[in-house]
Amino acid sequence: MSDTTRRNPMLMMGKSAAITFYLTFALFPLYWLLKIALTPDRLIFTEGTNLAPSEITFSNFTSVLFKTDFLSYFGNSLIVSLGTAAVTTVIAAGAGYAFSRFHFSGKKIIIAVMLITQMFPLLMIIAPIYKIIASFGLLNSLSSLIIVYTAFNIPFATFLMQSFFDGIPRDLEEAAMMEGCTRFQALRKVVIPLTLPGLGATLGFVFTAAWSELLFALMLISKNDTMTFPVGLLTFVSKFSVDWGQMMAAGVLALIPSCLFFIFIQRYLVQGLTSGAVKG
Amino acid sequence: MARMEIKNLMKRYGQTEVMRDINLDIKDGEFIVLVGPSGCGKSTLLRMIAGLEPISGGEFLIDGLRMNDMRPRDRDIAMVFQSYALYPHMDVERNMGFSMEIRGDDKIKRKQRVLEAAKVLGLENLLSRYPKELSGGQRQRVAMGRAIIRDPRAFLFDEPLSNLDASLRVEMRLEIARLHKRLGATMVYVTHDQVEALTLADRIVVLEGGNIQQVGSPLELYERPANRFVAQFIGSPTMNIIPVSPAKNGVTLANGTKISLSDMLDLNAAAELGIRPEHIDVLPYGTGDFDAESEVVEHLGSDTNLFVRVDGIGPLMVRVHGNVPNQPGDKIGLRFQLHNTHIFSADGQSLGQRITLAA
Ligand SMILES: Nc1ncnc2c1ncn2[C@@H]1O[C@H](COP(=O)(O)OP(=O)(O)OP(=O)(O)O)[C@@H](O)[C@H]1O
Ligand SMILES: [Mg+2]
Repeated sequence: MSDTTRRNPMLMMGKSAAITFYLTFALFPLYWLLKIALTPDRLIFTEGTNLAPSEITFSNFTSVLFKTDFLSYFGNSLIVSLGTAAVTTVIAAGAGYAFSRFHFSGKKIIIAVMLITQMFPLLMIIAPIYKIIASFGLLNSLSSLIIVYTAFNIPFATFLMQSFFDGIPRDLEEAAMMEGCTRFQALRKVVIPLTLPGLGATLGFVFTAAWSELLFALMLISKNDTMTFPVGLLTFVSKFSVDWGQMMAAGVLALIPSCLFFIFIQRYLVQGLTSGAVKG
Repeated sequence: MARMEIKNLMKRYGQTEVMRDINLDIKDGEFIVLVGPSGCGKSTLLRMIAGLEPISGGEFLIDGLRMNDMRPRDRDIAMVFQSYALYPHMDVERNMGFSMEIRGDDKIKRKQRVLEAAKVLGLENLLSRYPKELSGGQRQRVAMGRAIIRDPRAFLFDEPLSNLDASLRVEMRLEIARLHKRLGATMVYVTHDQVEALTLADRIVVLEGGNIQQVGSPLELYERPANRFVAQFIGSPTMNIIPVSPAKNGVTLANGTKISLSDMLDLNAAAELGIRPEHIDVLPYGTGDFDAESEVVEHLGSDTNLFVRVDGIGPLMVRVHGNVPNQPGDKIGLRFQLHNTHIFSADGQSLGQRITLAA
């Protein structure tokens, strides 16, 4: 590292500038979210585009938490997202392992079909999905969302998991089997520990996708007590006005679980876990 | 301890047959080395013995017991992988003790065995390191340690030394030889390295294109190669091959020189003569069987390699013991050591060689 700094300070400065620019660009909306959430209602329009509000208030947060159904939406979202992430990851890990390690007839077809499911615009299949869910009597239930989200996330999650399994040398499993493991033991003792980064990434990806999904939640849920957070957010838009302050406060709160989740899994996302397995 | 029998073994990947009709009897405690060019099926054969690759045809038995459908874990064979295959999430101690951990041996016994093995391999100070914190040679030793810790019936090695530097290779080679002596276990060893093969093996198996070309002791293969392929594959530098035509009681080289091999049988099919560089004598100009001009001279210290050109025959390589004063451009005479001359038919089969008949 220090070698490159010494060799080319211009390059390092350029890099820092690029990173700073990117971060500003990516984080600015979040800052704006926070800023509006903290701005008192009466100042929102008068101070419009000022970078910082002249006064700060937490009233938006307190009213969101205690005067609206926000906590219930939040809880629903948590159940749906965690449920989806867990179910999807388990299934995707199994499927990804099979794709990575076994040859079986129909493998190519299954992969092709999974790819095709990713090509349809969601809008096209909303109506049939609605009919199917309705005929099972699952409308307005959280489990309907878990089922639909799982179905939609599995293909991508499977490919993701497969690529992680592909990254683990087969020799490791074979060595374990030579040393007395059954295939399942080899999986549990050698492969799974090495796939933790992959499992973490998949969990994170699916969790975030489910957390912010709006379209299906809007279609399948119409009762207030099973609404998820993105749908609930729309209740801040009334016929005549939009309650910006509360909406933004709710948005800030909604970021918390995502952040916590990533802090929790980030140690599994550290790369290089397999280094040293094979020579080189 | 294990005696292995391989009978008519065959391997197919889909439609392609990569090994056919492999027959090999490995005696208890024998050190077998598999050699052959890349892609000839060495690893495949080893993996079929290990149970990692299904057997497409034929039989494989250990101590008379059919192994074809036996899982790797039930064969009780240890394998050292070409890639070492250390578990990256376990430290050296756990890597080495893994088989005992799986078997459910108690912790104290495990620790003790690991320590013993680590001492043999000089790893006792590295037990708490992770594989990524080890050098190539250290990883290689951990891989060996993992195999020896459990007292298996047989050991399989797939080019275990191929990534080590020269001096470490020599050291590890000796280590393996010592190990074999100490344990007396059956070992099957794959290598590309001539020296490893010749020094370690009780018997060498030469494979080519999925077929066994010859099986024999290192000396047998060197002195009595069954065909041209083996003759050229074993021995370094490579044997010279010269086209010849049959003559009365001998053969004639392309430049007209007659090599008389009176007591060799049936030379009518003779098409090529093989002679190792170390079996050509260098004589003063005009006094040999024929003359040559040296083009390149390599001084290796203990030996000298002469690359010479012979009119009507082409280039030959000659190895002379010790340092000789020859310079490029020198004219010299050459003579073949007749008892080390090999004759091959047009399809590459050996027509015998004087040493076998003279003996
Ligand atoms: N999974 C596979 N599918 C199809 N062919 C294969 C497969 N694995 C190996 N082969 C073929 O089988 C033959 C033998 O391969 P193998 O790995 O045993 O060679 P090798 O002698 O160990 O070579 P090397 O010295 O390069 O390691 C090769 O021609 C290879 O292309
Ligand atoms: Mg190989």
